[in-house]
This record gives sequence, structure tokens and C-alpha cells, in this order.
Amino acid sequence: MPSLGADMEEGTVIEWTIKPGDHVHRGDIIGCVRTEKADIDIEAWEDAIVDQILAKPGDTLPVGAVLAMFQGEGAPAPVAAPPAGEKITEATRAPAPVPPSPPPPMPPEGERVHASPLARRIAKELGVDLSKVHGTGPQGAITQEDVQHAAAAPEKPPEKPTAPAVVPERTPADVQAGMRRAIAAAMARSNREIPHYYLETRINMDRALRFLESENQKRSIRDRVLVAALLIKAVAITLTEVPELNGYWIDDRLQPKESIHIGLAIALRQGGLVVPAIHDADAKSLDELMQAMSDLITRARSGHLRGSELTDGTITITHLGDLGVETVYGVIYPPQVAIIGFGRIVETPWAEGGMLGIRPVLTATIAGDHRATDGRRGAQFLTVLNRLLQEPEKL
Amino acid sequence: MERKIPESAIREAIFKRLKKIAPEANPAEVAPDENLREALDIDSFDFLNLLIGLHDALGVEIPEADYGKLTTLNSLMSYLSQRVG
Repeated sequence: MPSLGADMEEGTVIEWTIKPGDHVHRGDIIGCVRTEKADIDIEAWEDAIVDQILAKPGDTLPVGAVLAMFQGEGAPAPVAAPPAGEKITEATRAPAPVPPSPPPPMPPEGERVHASPLARRIAKELGVDLSKVHGTGPQGAITQEDVQHAAAAPEKPPEKPTAPAVVPERTPADVQAGMRRAIAAAMARSNREIPHYYLETRINMDRALRFLESENQKRSIRDRVLVAALLIKAVAITLTEVPELNGYWIDDRLQPKESIHIGLAIALRQGGLVVPAIHDADAKSLDELMQAMSDLITRARSGHLRGSELTDGTITITHLGDLGVETVYGVIYPPQVAIIGFGRIVETPWAEGGMLGIRPVLTATIAGDHRATDGRRGAQFLTVLNRLLQEPEKL
Repeated sequence: MERKIPESAIREAIFKRLKKIAPEANPAEVAPDENLREALDIDSFDFLNLLIGLHDALGVEIPEADYGKLTTLNSLMSYLSQRVG
């Protein structure tokens, strides 16, 4: 069972899209797992051949439990590995198989259809109405196979309304409660284990905003870049100069990471948040970052994130400027060692070179893990970030 | 003769896109002079998507410099009405 974030302790297998003997490639979606927060597509972590599937749909297992085995270039390895550096706590074998049960009745008309992201995608591709599909997954969830069967089956005459589902689905209240439990677990762990230090600086955004304005004037509305993309780029480049803040605290030591995967704290409309990562943000252009950000936000809000996006973040950015907040003090998302906060850009009296003027000013903060770095490193980070935002055309 | 898009169609286009962004809300309940982004909890990403949707639906060019003028339903209606058709 992959750890899809510090807030996950266990997960339920919704479905597999593989079977023994299948060849999988790194990054292929091999199944779907339900966490407290959402249903997440899980991926193969390496090229391999599926050897055995140990956990059945419906099994709820702790993080680190082995769900399946596959044969790679060497010895068999767990299909779903935890994030870099974290140990598999226990190779728990799935419970003994249980006799198959008849499929639960369809949900009543008007009720939310419960289906995995993969099943929804396939249903869309095949033109299958999910409200008319019997779900055979856990708690009546509709699986990929259910959709494929429905697509292959001849059209049936309309049936009379069926009885309500025997097994209750996760209601919005259940999902919300799960979300809060997951956030509570991660944040409580963070505040319990991580000695945070906080630093802040005010950044004159005059040049950065002029640069964006000038860039956006040349672009169609569809291609415009938001200030958030510029800030992501600036943070990513800053980390190349201050790499100690990009990584994890694991096994009582700082483990800096070479790749810079920026986690974005994305608020969900129904409440709660998720923190998927933009991979290799330092190597992406502003356009690519804007595209990646747009893609992540859209998928985060529609429940179509991939496991690797939730596990790979090496630092997090939280940006609450849209809500009018001027200063954001974040809580580090373990095992990361820093979180960067951005507030609203505010027109502020600004003295420079003996002259007083009005400038758009952004307050940037860093919360750092004092076990991994000291305030000096955090101060360096903010200084470099400020410098880069004064030369936005170089980003 | 060129036909001007009626105000009702513009309002419908706005509501349709707001509903997509904030499905749990009813845009018709937002007061015409209320700040749309605050009332419907629309962040800058969603706001950009709203404007992209309106651009696609109505063919109106909305320069970034004008974003600040589009804070309420009234201002959005007025801005778009002057530029469509």
C-alpha cells in the first residue's frame, strides 16, 4: 500500500487494472486506491512483469503492506512502493479470499454514482452511463471491468427503480470527515515532531508584475500566465541555490533531493486540501508551469490525481493571496523540511534610495524544519527569492 | 444587419460558467453589486477560467488590465454588453 502522503495510514484497494503476467512500465496506472481524502490512481514504480496480486478489491491495508509482487530486472519487488526514503513497515499479506458475493443493487436515481477515476474515464470514452452500471467493487463502487461489461452488454429495457444500496456509499459528509482526519493526522504529526522556525520578508513585486503584464499583453487569454506560476518558478530556481531546503527529514538526517518537485497546496471547494506536486519545476518554462498548475488544479478538484503526484513533493508552496491574507505561516508537510507561504500583493508605501513611493508588495514566508536547517539557511532562501523576483525576465 | 446578443444571453453565459466553477452555489442569488469572487469563493485560477469561458462563448477580448473592473455581476454584464455583437 503506497503512502500517498503523510496524512495516509491505510488505504482500500478499489480495483486493479493488471493481472499476473502483464508487462507494466514505470508510470502506468495499475489500479486505484481509496484514501481518507480521495480515490487515487496508483502507478507502477518500475518496468516489470506482474507476478502475483495479493490484495483484492475491498481490502483495507496499512501503508507499507504489499499489495502485489512483480518481477523486474532483479528480485521481485512490491508493486506499490512508499515514497523515496520511507521504509515499508510490514509486508502484510492480504486476508484470505472470500466467496464472491452478488453485486449490490444500483444506487437510486439522483444519488451520486460511486466509481473510481479510471472507471469514470473509461465510461466517458465508451459512452457508458455510470448511473446504469452495477458496481462490484468495494461498497458498490463501479470498477473498470463493470464499465467494460456494461459497454459490451446489449441495451436492456428500462427497469423499475431498485432498492437502495445495501452497503452505504461514502456520503459527502463521510468524505469531508475523512479529509479532516487525514489533515489532522499529518498536521498533528508535523507540529508534534518538527521544530518549526519562521521567517518572512517583504518583496517589491513591481518588476515582476510589469514583466507579467508585458508578457500577457502578447498572449491570448488562454495562454496568460498567473503570478502564481512566476512564484513557483522563482521558488524552484531558488532551491537550486539553497538545496538544503529541498528534501526530506528521514532516519534522523536531512536527505536533500536533486529533483525539485514543488507541492502546491490546493484548496478543494467542498473543503480540505490536497498537495500534489509539479515535477521538475526548475526545468519548466513559465508556460509549462502554468499548464502544469492548471492541469493539477483541475484534476485535484475533479478527483483525478495520480499517486506519484501526491508522494513526490520535495517542498510545498501555500498561496492564500486570493483570500486577502497578507502573511501565511505554513505547517511543514512531513517528511519535507520547508514550506513557503505567499500572501496577497498589497500596494504599500515603499522607501527606496531615499524616495518614498507606492509599490505592490508581497510577503513571503518560510517555515523551516530546525532539525534540518537553521534560520540562516531560511534567510538565504528568502534573500535569493527576492533577488530573482527583481529580475523576472531571467526566470 | 448585425444582431446584438441580448443581455439575457450574456447573463446566461456568465451563470453557466459560474455554475461550472462553483457547482454548489447559485449565482442567481449573488447580489448584482456584490463582489463575485468573494461571494462565490473564486480564486485567480478560477477567475481566469471564467474569463476564458466568456471569451469563448461571446468572442469578447478581455485584456488583463481590465480584470480589476470585473468585480461584480453588474460590472461584468456592463463590460460584456458593450463589447458583444
